[in-house]
Amino acid sequence: MKFQSQAVAKPYFIFALALFAGQILFGLIMGLQYIIGDFMFPYLPFNVARMVHTNLLIVWLLFGFMGASYYLVPEECDTELHSPWLARVLFWVFAAAGVATILGYLLVPYAELAEITYNHLLPTMGREFLEQPTITKMGIVVVCLGFIFNIGMTILKGRKTVINMVLITGLIGLAVFFLFSFYNPDNLVLDKFFWWWVVHLWVEGVWELILGAILAFTLIKVTGVDREVIEKWLYVIIAMALISGLIGMGHHYFWIGPGEYWLWLGSIFSALEPIPFFMMVLFAFRMVSQRRYEHNNRIATTWALGCATMAFLGAGVWGFIHTLAPVNYFTHGSQITAAHGHLAFFGAYAMIVLTIISYAMPIMRGRPQGNPASAQTVERFGFWAMCLSMLGITLALTVAGAYQVALQRLPEDSLALSFMMTQEKLIPFYWVRLGFGLIFFAGLVAYFASFFVGGKTVSDEESLVEGEARPAVCCGSCS
Amino acid sequence: MADSFNKGMARNIYYGGGVFFFLLLVGLTFDTMLELPKRDHRENITPAVANGKAIWEDNNCIGCHSLMGEGAYFAPELANVYDRYGQGSEETFTQFLQAWMAMQPLKTEGRRQMPQFHLTESEVNDLAAFLIWTSRINDNDWPPNKQG
Repeated sequence: MKFQSQAVAKPYFIFALALFAGQILFGLIMGLQYIIGDFMFPYLPFNVARMVHTNLLIVWLLFGFMGASYYLVPEECDTELHSPWLARVLFWVFAAAGVATILGYLLVPYAELAEITYNHLLPTMGREFLEQPTITKMGIVVVCLGFIFNIGMTILKGRKTVINMVLITGLIGLAVFFLFSFYNPDNLVLDKFFWWWVVHLWVEGVWELILGAILAFTLIKVTGVDREVIEKWLYVIIAMALISGLIGMGHHYFWIGPGEYWLWLGSIFSALEPIPFFMMVLFAFRMVSQRRYEHNNRIATTWALGCATMAFLGAGVWGFIHTLAPVNYFTHGSQITAAHGHLAFFGAYAMIVLTIISYAMPIMRGRPQGNPASAQTVERFGFWAMCLSMLGITLALTVAGAYQVALQRLPEDSLALSFMMTQEKLIPFYWVRLGFGLIFFAGLVAYFASFFVGGKTVSDEESLVEGEARPAVCCGSCS
Repeated sequence: MADSFNKGMARNIYYGGGVFFFLLLVGLTFDTMLELPKRDHRENITPAVANGKAIWEDNNCIGCHSLMGEGAYFAPELANVYDRYGQGSEETFTQFLQAWMAMQPLKTEGRRQMPQFHLTESEVNDLAAFLIWTSRINDNDWPPNKQG
């Protein structure tokens, strides 16, 4: 670790992982509720479990992004973080607000939570992913502003690298577009139209900048490839992400009220959305094959390659299969959507956070060349178990979705099966999904266990001596 | 990438492309805002419809159901529930919804259960008004059939 203040990232990463575990537990409960409809009813109705599952995801990813920023920005800037104190305070504020909100979901009926938190004064609750009480949303804004101030001040006084600039642009975009969550008009069409300005412009817009920046940073560190090369790739990838993704928002405007030209715009531009993800795969594999030295944290490199690959499959391929309007007319809001959502979020965003954790956490624990080989082996098992089982979940849901479309959407009124009857037919596929969910959980347990596996670690000096072919000559950070 | 394509060019594509397409999105948004009144029949948003939307949100209906295909996929689509059960009569639909909401949870073993939300009669009326209004939005004829 180059700077002491980078260590503020540690609690962010640990807390992110704890929330990740919670997310998976609720996911498993819901997986069972899809099969045994009244499982845990009325103590944990499906809507509560889902809200906890998705909100935990969003919050742990935000914790992950924040931890990543606190770790990499000082190093990129070549200076200490502006205020480690502020970073620590905001950690506790955000953690407390997050835990209180989740407990609110679990302990009181949602309508009561809305009442207790005076939702009627500024109604923002009860919309997918934006279920947080208005007061929590305000807290998120405050935490984000404090966080961006801290990162921004650090960048202002330090080196302004491309990675820094792309990251801060993404973070500012994240904060700005979140403000649309406070706009909730009586007109459902307007509500939905601008709801996407938060959701789409996050996950298919500014979050891709954050993803690109973290991936580029990690690749510089584990491959030693010249920064100039990596930055050029980063620019092209995020350029393509914005060029395709901004108007690509049209694929959400097909069936919620906006006019017909969105059918064309949404189809054409979102068909381009796989391109940046495909370039990310080329980028990651090429940088690793051109590496200037062997970093002993091999599993961090594996995470980086895996992240690019799984993001391409989830966001790129699984996005494309249902993004064209004539296809989406039949698949919209089916299990195909769920399949895409799972693989895209895991591949792109969960895995980029796991990538930076895999790289940075050992360094913060005094292991500059990564965890001991024995721990990396366990982590590698976790990596493969989670990736393969997530692919299994995705395939199971894709088959379920295709069958759902065939039974419920394709036939005409008199022949189509009802939603509930269709769901009964899908139960075998839901069993398969749950099975893969359990494997995912096993992978997660192994991943956590890897943090506690001891063994001999390699120091930087030893790594130079051992360095098989290519010694570390340039980390690229001086250019 | 070829050396003739340098970082400066990549940066210009990023800034130029990003700004251009963001401005295009803003322009299209303005155009859509002008077009929407013809499609969303906002003139029919009565206080009952508005209150129905608030009730929909306060009870997190979207946590199980989808509305115009968005939301959760655990319970039926409701943007066309009026077309499915209303038989073309607002009164019939409202009566149906009153009865249906009062019946919950159905307690059929193993079946997905909808909680009892303890809504008053007038609240269910407003919810019905909201769902009827929603069913009449011009949404390019989605869903493909009545089942949603």
